[in-house]
Formats: sequence, structure tokens, C-alpha cells
Amino acid sequence: MAAARAWAGYGGARVDAELVVRIWRGRESGEFATYRVPRRESQTVLDVVTWIQRNLEPSLAYRYACRVGMCGSCAMSVNGVARWTCRTHVSKVARDGELEIAPLANLPVIRDLATDMSGFFDKWARARGRFSGAATRRDGFARVDPASSARRAADAGIECIGCGVCYASCDVVAWRPAFLGPAALNRAWTLVNDERDTAGAERLRAVAGDAGCHACHTQGSCSERCPKGIEPTAGIAGLKRLVARAAIRGKL
Amino acid sequence: MSGVAGAKRWYWQRLTAMALAVLVLVHLATMVLAVRGGLSAAEILGRTRGSVLAGAFYSAFVLAAAVHASLGLATIAEEWLRLEGRPARALAMAFGLAVAVLGLRAVWAVVAG
Ligand code: FES
Repeated sequence: MAAARAWAGYGGARVDAELVVRIWRGRESGEFATYRVPRRESQTVLDVVTWIQRNLEPSLAYRYACRVGMCGSCAMSVNGVARWTCRTHVSKVARDGELEIAPLANLPVIRDLATDMSGFFDKWARARGRFSGAATRRDGFARVDPASSARRAADAGIECIGCGVCYASCDVVAWRPAFLGPAALNRAWTLVNDERDTAGAERLRAVAGDAGCHACHTQGSCSERCPKGIEPTAGIAGLKRLVARAAIRGKL
Repeated sequence: MSGVAGAKRWYWQRLTAMALAVLVLVHLATMVLAVRGGLSAAEILGRTRGSVLAGAFYSAFVLAAAVHASLGLATIAEEWLRLEGRPARALAMAFGLAVAVLGLRAVWAVVAG
């Protein structure tokens, strides 16, 4: 309880200062409401939102679970930039003591800071983001060489927590509603590099074309913003390469 | 299937981009050399008339530019004007055809005219 209260105390020792926080209230239409929040030493943006919800605005809708950057549920747009709020320090993002917190872009708003992520995850399914193996429970473990280039490529993308920051930061998602987006394509990239997987050709078909990897303009906002340091842009380029190779071999 | 068609369009745009990178450089170098060498329009025409090389080079240039522009404009029309894929491609194809016809006409005039 003490620990919980300490967290609810919102980021360490009090500092003699105040934050002015503007938070989106409403759905697709709505407006920003302004709150004043006491500044703390190591306050995160999620601390700020939670303080407001517990002290000023009990009806404020937002999402979080782990508070340590694992679950991917707390992403919001902070001063115009999509971020995981539980691991974003106020000191890093506040401008002149001000924060503007909005729901993630490119996703329908359910209420306030909570977005509807179902379309985002449907696209993972459409990108054939599910593993298909040939082994049964009676087979032994697959032995994958950790130094192989495929395994290293999969490693580079596998830590995705599904927070949607890349998706909210992608202009192509904004322009082309059908575009699968960086996260789903990154997932497909880790699977085509999984040597146990058997749905490779089908997956390459699923990610080819105007809704898939070929729509990417290589602007790199996803790689720039990914809190886990993943580079979906590189994976998408890899998918383009593999689709070309499959096409040349007549396997597309 | 439409995914594969989209992939093909993407590769055509990449291929024509690579071709244009070379063609544009050669074209610019030729122009700079011709102007610096003090050639007049009549002298230049005298050299291009009947030249198979000039005809082939600039025909390739025009065709690559027509295909490249058409594919690129279709993407821009879809993403910025929010057109559907089909009308966007039809519009861009019409533009590409116009580029090809006007360009080839110009090549014809310089080489055969
Ligand atoms: S709350 Fe889990 S990642 Fe932020």
C-alpha cells in the first residue's frame, strides 16, 4: 500500500513548481481541458495523467497496466509526439512547464485518451502475423543457430510490445487506411525469418503491394519513435527484398 | 492478387528510377558540353538528324519518364487526393500516355524531322 501510495504520489519528491496540462476530453470530437498538476522530481507523463484522474477528473479514461514499459498499453500523444507514457519523463518532454496529452493518432478514439486498437491488431492478422509450424509436440526442439543472419534479423524486431507508437507516427497509415502499418509488417518480418515457420510464401503474398510493404515511403518515423529501438523500416525493406526474390523464383 | 500487382508496379518504378538516374546524367552532361562547346541549335540538329543513337537514347528517356511519372502520380493521387486505386491509376496513366506521345513526337522531330 505504501508503495502504491508512493507511486500515486506521482514521481518522487515534490518540486516547487506546477505543470499546466491540457488533456483531450471526448471522442473524435471533443476539446482539451486544462489542469494544474504539482511537479515532482522524477515524474512520468503517466504519473501526471494518473494524478489528474485520481485528484481532479475521476471520469478521465486512459489505459495502462505494467508501468514498466512491457505491456504496451499506455501510449499517448504527448506534445504532438506518440510516446509510451509510463517511461517518458516529464522533464524530457514538457515545454515551458506545459504538456498537451491526446489519444494516439491514426486510431479511433473510444473516449479521452483511450483508443480502439482492434483495427491495429486486425492488421497483424491480415499480415499473416501468426506462427505456423510443422512440428508436433512429439518432435524435439528446433535448433536455431543464434548467429545465423535470419535469427539475428528476427531478434532485431522481436521485442515489439504492440504499443502502437509506430502506427500513430506513420504518415502512410494516415494517408492509406488499408496500409498494414509498421508493427504488423515488423511482425511478418520476424516470422519470415523464423526458420521453423511454414507459411512463408503465403505471408509474402499477404504483405506485398499497396496495402503492404510496397506502400512504405521509407520515411522512418516508426524507427525514429519506437520506444523499443526497433527499426520497422529496415524490416519492411527486407520484406520488399524477399517479395522480389520470391517473384523471380515464381513463388509468389 | 492485387498485392502482387502492387508489388509489380513498385518494381517498375524502381527500375525506371534506376534507368532515369543514368539517362538524366548523360542528358545533362551532353547539354552542358554542347552549350560550352558553343554549338548553335542548327549545329545540334545537324548532329541529331538521322542519329540512331540519339533516337534510341531519347526514346528510352521518354518512355522511362512516362512510366515513372505515371506510377508516382498514381501514388500521390491516392495518398494526397484520397482517390481510390483504380481512378487514381487511370488518371495517372492518361498523364503518362500524354508524356509518352508528346515526348516521342519531340524525339521524332529532332531525329527524323
Ligand atoms: S504501462 Fe505498460 S508499457 Fe506503459
